[in-house]
Amino acid sequence: MTEPAITPELVAKHNLTPEEYAKILEILGREPSFTELGIFSVMWSEHCSYKNTKPLLRTFPTQSPKVLVGAGEENAGILDIGDGLGVAFKMESHNHPSAVEPFQGAATGVGGILRDIFTMGARPIAALDSLRFGEITNPEVRRLFSGVVGGIAHYGNCFGIPTVAGEVYFDRTFEGNPLVNVFCLGVLRHEQIARGQACGVGNPVFYVGPATGRDGLAGAAFASQDLTEESAQQQRGAVQVGDPFMEKLVCEACLELLATGAVAGIQDMGAAGLTCSTCETAGRAGTGIEIELTRVPQRAPDMTPYEIMLSESQERMLIIVHKGREEEVKRIFDKWDLPWSEIGFVTDTGHMVVKNHGQVVADIPARLIADESPVCEREAREPAYLREVRGFRLDAVPETTDALADLKALLAWPTIASKNWVYRQYDHMVRNGSTVCPGSDAAVIRVKADSVPALPADAPQPAPFADKFLAITSDCNAAHVYLDPYEGSKGAVAEAARNLVCSGAVPLGVTDNLNFGNPHNPELFWQLREAVRGLADGCRAFDTPVTGGNCSLYNQNPKGPIDPVPTVAMVGLIEKPEHITTQWFKDEGDAIILLGEPVDGEDPLLGLGGSAWLQVRHGRKTGIPPRCDLEQAGILHTTLLGLIRAGGIKSAHDCSEGGLAVCVAESCMSRLEARHSSRLIGAQVDLTPEPAPGPANGGEPTDKSPAAPAGNNALPSVRSDALLFGEGQNRVVVSCAELDAVKIVERARLMGVPARRIGTVGGEALRMKAGGLELSAPVAELHDIWWNSLGRAMA
Amino acid sequence: MMRFAILQFPASNCDQDCVHAIRVLGHQADYLWHKEESLGAVDAVIVPGGFSYGDYLRCGAIARFSPVMQAVRRFADGGGLVLGICNGFQILCEAGLLPGALIRNRSLQFRCEHIFLKTENRTTPFTVNIPEGRVLRLPIAHGEGCYFAEPETLAALEQNHRILWRYCNASGERTEGANPNGSLGNIAGICNERGNVAGLMPHPERACEPILGSDDGRLIFESVLSALNAGRAAA
Repeated sequence: MTEPAITPELVAKHNLTPEEYAKILEILGREPSFTELGIFSVMWSEHCSYKNTKPLLRTFPTQSPKVLVGAGEENAGILDIGDGLGVAFKMESHNHPSAVEPFQGAATGVGGILRDIFTMGARPIAALDSLRFGEITNPEVRRLFSGVVGGIAHYGNCFGIPTVAGEVYFDRTFEGNPLVNVFCLGVLRHEQIARGQACGVGNPVFYVGPATGRDGLAGAAFASQDLTEESAQQQRGAVQVGDPFMEKLVCEACLELLATGAVAGIQDMGAAGLTCSTCETAGRAGTGIEIELTRVPQRAPDMTPYEIMLSESQERMLIIVHKGREEEVKRIFDKWDLPWSEIGFVTDTGHMVVKNHGQVVADIPARLIADESPVCEREAREPAYLREVRGFRLDAVPETTDALADLKALLAWPTIASKNWVYRQYDHMVRNGSTVCPGSDAAVIRVKADSVPALPADAPQPAPFADKFLAITSDCNAAHVYLDPYEGSKGAVAEAARNLVCSGAVPLGVTDNLNFGNPHNPELFWQLREAVRGLADGCRAFDTPVTGGNCSLYNQNPKGPIDPVPTVAMVGLIEKPEHITTQWFKDEGDAIILLGEPVDGEDPLLGLGGSAWLQVRHGRKTGIPPRCDLEQAGILHTTLLGLIRAGGIKSAHDCSEGGLAVCVAESCMSRLEARHSSRLIGAQVDLTPEPAPGPANGGEPTDKSPAAPAGNNALPSVRSDALLFGEGQNRVVVSCAELDAVKIVERARLMGVPARRIGTVGGEALRMKAGGLELSAPVAELHDIWWNSLGRAMA
Repeated sequence: MMRFAILQFPASNCDQDCVHAIRVLGHQADYLWHKEESLGAVDAVIVPGGFSYGDYLRCGAIARFSPVMQAVRRFADGGGLVLGICNGFQILCEAGLLPGALIRNRSLQFRCEHIFLKTENRTTPFTVNIPEGRVLRLPIAHGEGCYFAEPETLAALEQNHRILWRYCNASGERTEGANPNGSLGNIAGICNERGNVAGLMPHPERACEPILGSDDGRLIFESVLSALNAGRAAA
């Protein structure tokens, strides 16, 4: 078989620069073969090598006493959750494949992230997804949206993973370039942690799972370039086809095999398939690996070594087995009717050697290809658009006169409207762990004895543990990030932490997904750099290390770049089941309390910059977004957790898009009983700043809480629409029994959190007052708008 | 203590949940691999939900050929209690142990949500413990749960009180809006002529603990346990 000669054109076609090619010559000490060129091109793509982001990613906090497997070490990070248990989680993007073929693109995204988790030896127990699309009024966007949701449902439901949380945003900048970020979480015992290492010279290397085809050829490279009509057309074949049935079998077989102790190392074949799995396992172990391609199961006839090495056919695993225990692999994979093949062995040469019919087609130093991957120092320049953003003043938009119309428009806005059209298509209850289902601030998942992978029946069984509860959420307000990448990204971390705290959890750690535009554009690289700085500061403030994640650059199409989206997925631990808190009001007569400032007393546009209100009512995405005071956020979180543990808090809801008006409305109507039957409850709320605290307002402000006076009586000139719809950070609406209200307000203030009784739960209507503005509507009417808007748009 | 066999097909995914639910109720549950040809000494069989064989052909269409299904058929012929849940219901229909078929939801979308169920016949081994007038709140999770049968079959089901559960609203009324999948007559679950084999689309095993939002599913398993106990006492 003759391979094409290496020419500068061929090198360029592989997205390798002349400098990078020179480095290849240096590493090999000779000209690469065609197969080797392909291997370098995928291993050095941004997707696999993080060449544009590595220097930035190093600034993330990655350590804490709870970290068992840290960022970058393995396929996913693992945190300690006590009692000898660990939680493995990670988020990854499948943006470009989903743009080209939404159903399969999203489905295989789910497949990939599931494999990342069970490769670690953990049993996947929950998934979430963070999605972004263009305006829903565009039929092409609706096609993508429904394809993506269908693909996630298809794969996750069949596999049997509950998809319990997520977010969906709609904004023009994602037209043609949707974002599909998928997250999976699994649990295991500490001693069950598996490694992606080719350990033990002479150990056999097994390939398990379905045969290799031409699908997904070089998808990693595809994901590392701009999306154009031409590239999409060409790359349709680069989108893989997923088989969740196969994945379920592979997962069960791998967990069964891992329990036997016969496995020395295991790695999934994800991006860059056989290439990445062999290089990385050998690189991590400091060994070499040799494989024979004729032993790789092949689906298509006449596949070349290049194609076999770069294929991204799904649901395949590479397993390094302790010599002498090969029979156990064969027995278990035969039981599950899965294909397997012994394709090679571990060597001490440090080289990844690929043979075809006994002839060497690639011979590369395994560690060098990973360690010596290029690092690009990109130029960063503050984007020009920010000048206009900073010049925006609120008097450019008139103060609203019809607050109810505004609220209705916000509740109908697809980004704010209920996402039941989405999550009712996902099996979100399988595995008997979904304690808080989609529709509250964070999902809560129970970890019980059968959540961790089983040990063989004849092995000594470990001590039982009490059920544990994990809260998970994902957040990112991309409008805020666009308008101020640093503050917006801090805000994304703070909001994620706040969502967890509202559900009663202590935040543990973060996985992030950086979705940005082309890093060669200095303005876009500046967005990336500032966002990473914000995420890092946020994660440090909450002691939530980043345990891994994914970068997706080149998210732009001919119309321009996307809004920058550093998606934050955060996991928290709830100490006791009685701390689990939901966002909806519970009982008639309960008191409603606002924790945090009604508006930012120092005014960064009183929370209306970049707000949903400004976008929906005035068609403008501009203005300085809300500041995020991380110290104040920490105090709020500690205080709220203390209040929840003390037992008085009946509901807690984070205030974000749409401000307090939407937050209170959601608290009235988000409790779902069953199909189309929600338990609705009204509320009377007054946000008007009160100069003198009434009896229900608790004690006098003290000197220790400097923020309190501003929260109480020093807001004479605040715009009423800012009180209702401003999106200032660090605010939570809680409810409690009337009897507890005074005590809770006092305690919060004592801790340094501005707190104020703002109303009472009850009746059938939502009545809100803020300065000169008033609104009143039956909750049933608001619920109909909020619950059905997305479904109606998709009908 | 009663012993339940929970069948395991490739890509069953509610098998573990069924085992968990039975154990929560204080009884024994064991997995039974689809290649087994005998059930062993079991008191009842549960065919759990999932996507057996990926459901790529037709839900349950391949699972019915499994060796274990021959054993289940013999068990049922001998009067043993068999409960099929979701994909298990589909498999029992495909295997001919129950009449009718489950076709694509009318919405053409997968549906996962809680629904309300009205029990139509409280004299079967699957329903005896359900109090009169009690509306059950259980989760569903399926893409092909629309019950369909020939008019004669439906008439026979009605006549012999073999429709065990129908979708209803919170007050127990059978309404179109309460029907999540377009099932004929809002049918959610049925039994065979002898009354020892039943299938339903909702998931009682996901509703056996208050922490999961409902423990109404216990009533169905407790009915089976009552029937088994009565059978033992009579023997």
